[in-house]
Amino acid sequence: MAGHISPKRLYYTIFTALMVLTAITVAVAFVNLGTLNFPIALGIAITKATLVILFFMHLKYSSRLTKLVCGSAFFFLLVLFGLTLSDYLSRGWHTAPGGVSTGAGTRVTIGSASAQPAPGATDAPAGAGR
Amino acid sequence: MPNGIVAGADPHGHGHHPALQHHFQTLDQQHEASTLGMWVFLVTEVMFFGGLLMAYLLYRVWYPEAWAEGSLDLDIRLGGFNTVVLIASSLTMALAVRAAQTGAQRATVRWLLATMVLGVTFLGVKVIEYAEKFELHHVPGANFVYEGPHGRQVEIFFSLYFGLTGLHALHMIIGVGLLSVITWMASRGRFSTEWYTPVEISGLYWHFVDIVWIFLFPLLYLVDRAHHFA
Repeated sequence: MAGHISPKRLYYTIFTALMVLTAITVAVAFVNLGTLNFPIALGIAITKATLVILFFMHLKYSSRLTKLVCGSAFFFLLVLFGLTLSDYLSRGWHTAPGGVSTGAGTRVTIGSASAQPAPGATDAPAGAGR
Repeated sequence: MPNGIVAGADPHGHGHHPALQHHFQTLDQQHEASTLGMWVFLVTEVMFFGGLLMAYLLYRVWYPEAWAEGSLDLDIRLGGFNTVVLIASSLTMALAVRAAQTGAQRATVRWLLATMVLGVTFLGVKVIEYAEKFELHHVPGANFVYEGPHGRQVEIFFSLYFGLTGLHALHMIIGVGLLSVITWMASRGRFSTEWYTPVEISGLYWHFVDIVWIFLFPLLYLVDRAHHFA
């Protein structure tokens, strides 16, 4: 059969790399880097996932059709996150003519722990009201 | 006339590989179709977990303080241990597929058993974590108790924690069930260097479940840890 057989050493190397990346992401979690903590943790997770997909799941040696299918998952994931956040994060940037500014939404930034007072935090989710 | 069509005309006593189904021309074609089918399924799984991750992301933007508090309540040692266990199980799974590819039947069974043991270990640790949450009344619902100004929002964090890790654990349970069937098949000598597709596509599923945890671990246990005392 046409399946690609990787040498055992490759699997051990990838495993070691995944362990090292896990150690790094745990270590970094205890260092306060402000807004950078989130993107760094996510970046390491994406790197680890890529290693698993390419070598453990053999995507590197798969057909182009399989690669396209795999890529489509992440494309649509980005569409989901991108379009949803473009709505929620931009609420409150402008008030429409004749509109009221109260309860129209909150301008928020990802990752900063002190930037937003989370209005309406005691009762309803902020930005949920129109 | 292609071989497959001749075989189709005479379903029994024909001269092709027993694993080759009659609607495929060759084992290679069948293998490609099976693998692609599994990948398509995994894409739907990405979407499935993606919706929950979107909810996580949005509530995290709204309630960063509650997210930091809830995150600190999770045991980073247990979470870290489970991460190592699950990545190790991905290694043993990859080695099981390799053993099947090279026709090493006993090694295939051994690596599959190792993968299942690691998977069950992960679930066992998860039980310890869940039990602690039950005792502390940190399970969302009527009995949820959380001191502090962000109690209601921490409840949302724990809803997503249980939703995400619970669905992940369900996938693990299904995975262990899947692997026990594959292990049984392997021990009966059903696979060969020509046909080991079930081992390979079960492996794809197992690695996917590993990838989900690779994201859940930092998102739930790690990201807001450093900010709490800032």
